[in-house]
Amino acid sequence: MSDLANQFLFLPERASTFAERVDFLHYFVVGTTMVMSAGVGLAALFMFFRYRRREAHQTTEYVVPDLKTEFLFVSVPLVFFLAWFAIGFRDFTWYTTPPKDSMDVYVMGKQWMWKFSYPEGPNGVNVLHVPAHRPVRLLITSRDVIHSFYVPSFRIKMDALPGRYTQAWFEATKPGTYQVLCTEYCGLSHSKMLAEVVVLAPEDYENWLKEQQRGRLQDRQDALADTSLVPPAARMSEQGQKLVGSQGCLGCHSVDGSKHIGPTFLGMYERTEKLQDGQDIRVDEAYITQSMMDPGAHIVAGYQNVMPTYQGKLQGPESAAIVEYIKSLRTANVRESASEGPAYDPIQ
Amino acid sequence: MSSAHVTPGTVPGPKLAAHFASLEVQKHAARLGMWLFLATEILLFAGLFACYASYRFLFPEAWAASSRSLDLTMGTINTVVLITSSFTAAMAVHYAKEGKNKMVGHMFVLTLLMAIGFLVIKFFEYKHKFHIGTLPGRYYFYEGIQLPGAPLYFTVYFASTALHALHVVIGMTVLAFSTVRAYRVGDFNANNYTAVELGSMYWHLVDLVWIFLFPMLYLV
Amino acid sequence: MTPSSSIAAPGAVVPGHEATDDHGHHPSYLTDGTTVKSWLLTVDHKRIGIMYMVWVLLFFLVGGIFAMLLRIELLTPGPTIMDAMTYNRVFTLHGIVMIFLFMIPAIPSIFGNFLLPLMLGAKDVAFPRLNLLSLYVYLAGAGFALWGMLNGGLDTGWTFYTPYSAHTTTTVAPVLFGAFIIGFSSILTGMNFIVTTHTMRAPGITWFKMPLMVWALYATSCIQVLATPVIGLLLLLVTAENLFSLGMFDVARGGDPVLFQHLFWFYSHPAVYIMVLPAFGVMSEIVATFSRKNIFGYRAVAYSSVGIAFVGFFAWGHHMFVSGQSTFNAGVFGVLSMLVGVFTAIKVFNWVGTVYKGAVEFSTPFAYFCGFLFFTVFGGMTGIAVATVSLDVPWHDTYFVVAHFHFIMVGATIMAFLAALHYWFPKMFGKMYHEGWGLVSAALIILGFNATFIPQFLLGNAGMPRRYYEYPERFQALNVASTAGASLLAFGFIIIAVYLTYALIYGERVDNPWNSKGYEWLTASPPPTHNFIGPQPTYPEEPHFYVDPNTGKGEVSDV
Repeated sequence: MSDLANQFLFLPERASTFAERVDFLHYFVVGTTMVMSAGVGLAALFMFFRYRRREAHQTTEYVVPDLKTEFLFVSVPLVFFLAWFAIGFRDFTWYTTPPKDSMDVYVMGKQWMWKFSYPEGPNGVNVLHVPAHRPVRLLITSRDVIHSFYVPSFRIKMDALPGRYTQAWFEATKPGTYQVLCTEYCGLSHSKMLAEVVVLAPEDYENWLKEQQRGRLQDRQDALADTSLVPPAARMSEQGQKLVGSQGCLGCHSVDGSKHIGPTFLGMYERTEKLQDGQDIRVDEAYITQSMMDPGAHIVAGYQNVMPTYQGKLQGPESAAIVEYIKSLRTANVRESASEGPAYDPIQ
Repeated sequence: MSSAHVTPGTVPGPKLAAHFASLEVQKHAARLGMWLFLATEILLFAGLFACYASYRFLFPEAWAASSRSLDLTMGTINTVVLITSSFTAAMAVHYAKEGKNKMVGHMFVLTLLMAIGFLVIKFFEYKHKFHIGTLPGRYYFYEGIQLPGAPLYFTVYFASTALHALHVVIGMTVLAFSTVRAYRVGDFNANNYTAVELGSMYWHLVDLVWIFLFPMLYLV
Repeated sequence: MTPSSSIAAPGAVVPGHEATDDHGHHPSYLTDGTTVKSWLLTVDHKRIGIMYMVWVLLFFLVGGIFAMLLRIELLTPGPTIMDAMTYNRVFTLHGIVMIFLFMIPAIPSIFGNFLLPLMLGAKDVAFPRLNLLSLYVYLAGAGFALWGMLNGGLDTGWTFYTPYSAHTTTTVAPVLFGAFIIGFSSILTGMNFIVTTHTMRAPGITWFKMPLMVWALYATSCIQVLATPVIGLLLLLVTAENLFSLGMFDVARGGDPVLFQHLFWFYSHPAVYIMVLPAFGVMSEIVATFSRKNIFGYRAVAYSSVGIAFVGFFAWGHHMFVSGQSTFNAGVFGVLSMLVGVFTAIKVFNWVGTVYKGAVEFSTPFAYFCGFLFFTVFGGMTGIAVATVSLDVPWHDTYFVVAHFHFIMVGATIMAFLAALHYWFPKMFGKMYHEGWGLVSAALIILGFNATFIPQFLLGNAGMPRRYYEYPERFQALNVASTAGASLLAFGFIIIAVYLTYALIYGERVDNPWNSKGYEWLTASPPPTHNFIGPQPTYPEEPHFYVDPNTGKGEVSDV
């Protein structure tokens, strides 16, 4: 029944406890709206016909409503509106008061990506892992302008304001991958500020968490290790391929030769590019690395200086892996075709 | 637009515009229009008062410290000057009703002189602030107060006092027109003093806004 | 506004309202002086209204072209005809042009200027020269804004939210300054209307005998006068912030961007009622005329206009339910917003009640009334839905909100604007348009509007955020439907433009084709320069009094 209603109203999948509350009120309000509109419409139609004009200068009776009618006009809508408000406000209060045992995740919006960090655990860019059936409190902030964190399937949304924390909480009800959208206009790539929430079954989440912690340790050891232990380039480019997805590079750079906000990675390596100041530059390891750390240093003509710096966000081996990945995308001839639009691929 | 209220005319008595029913109605309309205009002016400043209130609530210490850094003596003198000028403006209306055009002119000249005095004192206050660096936003370089929120205080300070000073200048223009009319034409009398009255109402508004700004910025 | 300065601008007609020419018939305001100067320097409220009409329609065309560009861009999930930066500029300009240059001045400045004195039995508005000034101030503001648009435009959205608007590299300052100037025009018109209503009513027209259009304009003017200064100040502050980084709303210097939102919506929420209240007024006139009935519950409709204007000032926080304001605030603003819904409901019921025992003629303005009724009920109810605090959480800043405000403040206002244009076209020009084409285009526009925005409600349900240049593929079907609807809408407007232009030149000469008994129809169409020839008409007991004079009001039947 409610599935049918959801399809009719184009509502997305319902995947949190808040979504269930919201949808119930949604049906109530929308249903009453439809009935009321139809009622007013039909009454009007009936009267248009019943009281149609019969002669040009027809005179009419003088009709005024008595107090009872006017009282009815005021009270009936008021009762409905206040009832909706009461339910809505109860749910809103519930939504703004996270349970005490909820797990905290810090969310930071910046142009144009979402960063998630766990107090005791790993960080993530554009992918948030949470366990199902456990309240999660998001502490949201922004590093630049206002963003808004919106998960349609959870029916939750909260603005990310620079300089202060707002909070929102949810309890996911089923494992799966759910899209995150930014709903507060934040500039050029507002519509590309997408991320996702991966809801894992509780035991899967524990495993993921352990793996992440181990992974970090690995990185640290790598950094200290002898350079001769650096894995072969082929493996690194695979690692780089994962990284460009998880770090949000693909939001602006394509890998199929199409022009996007940033230059395509396809065939970028060893290409000679014209810079904004008219100079030519050959794209090599140094230039790619510099562009990640200080994106504004050399901008290729025809592109805007909109890339955020990855200084501090990528560790040494990671940026090297991305360079290796871009090198692996060398082509003999570069295809310049029209964009086919952003393909939304689930990350990982 | 305010200057439209006091355009000097050449007709000696009040003239009834064709679309008004009577002179009474016409005067009533002019006064009502002016009151509405003053209401919009109050609301213009109300936006700044709202900013003031919310930031003061956010940064009480910085704002108290910044407020104390202002020159209270100069502020008080300015307040006295402006209140006195409001009094002379009111006297001008009184003389206009009695038809003493020369006195109207004298009173307005006094008002204008005090207005200039106000602006001069304000100029020295501004100059001092530019010197020591208590300036809005990114221009702030004062060493004395390093609390967060202090530059914001001076943003509000400069925004509101500059907007007020702009009103002082507009008010002076309005009054100057009436002054010239009182001396040159001399047609104000018991039936025809609307221009003086409206100009003086505007001046009272300028004074009133300052009476709000002074305690807000200098005292509390 | 000294006594000596209230009238007699150069080029205006001789003040002498009983002028007739030698042939015994009077020149209308249209023929009384035909030089360009006699138009540009006129102080006649009717000519000022017509001049507003020319400009406002022009800006409507500009805003409409932006709208079509947006809809075409959104046909495909990826880039279609423009890049992201252009798209962001276009939606910003669409909002600014439509709101500041079209909707706010549309009904008050065109029809309000033209009709308010006629409806009050006055010869002009209280301050005719200020009235002309407000037109030129409007044009000056529009000029600034256009100049800014041509110099690159801005990409902040019409809401100018800080900190984005303070940091963006696009041309913010001239457009904001233009909007600030337009605010002055709005204030001047509002002041003029309030004073006119207070002081210029003809003998016999008491407050509760004024046409409901006047009540609506009065309430609108109160909002214009009280709310506009606040946005004026705010626009100045943001301009300064953008140019000089004063730090008023800059987080790095302790500023609070949410304070900006509070101040912004303190104006911009009431501004919604500046757009829609005059529409309610127009519809009260039209439903009475075409059902040949006195308004059912006149006082209720009049009071509810004032009620909306009043409550409208205390509902702004419902734009910020998810902006981190406290739960308590959200509750207060939510419940106050419900009251606006109640006042609107009163009006809707009373309009439908007016038809009861009436004599309905289904002509073009009435067709728009039907469309209006639908948009108001549906748009109003979805407004209640978004004010229901928890439901706003998923809907906020999605296409649901876009569709909602396009329904209520654009749908209802456009319906009223077109209804007014058709209903008062004979009054303004003394000519009649082709009724058949009128009905066809009305049907097209009402259908097109629904086809455009109903898919957007569903898009909002599905979760598509507003101001999206690209979107996930699952939203495409609904977007295509919406664009198709928009084309239908555009087509309807083109038809109207054609047959009204034709009617302006070749239309049949008419005086009062509706046999309306509204006060404005008591004078000739088009009216003479000073509105009446000879003594003022005596005003009947109330406007829209269609009772048989032989039986009289007699026994008043209560319902």
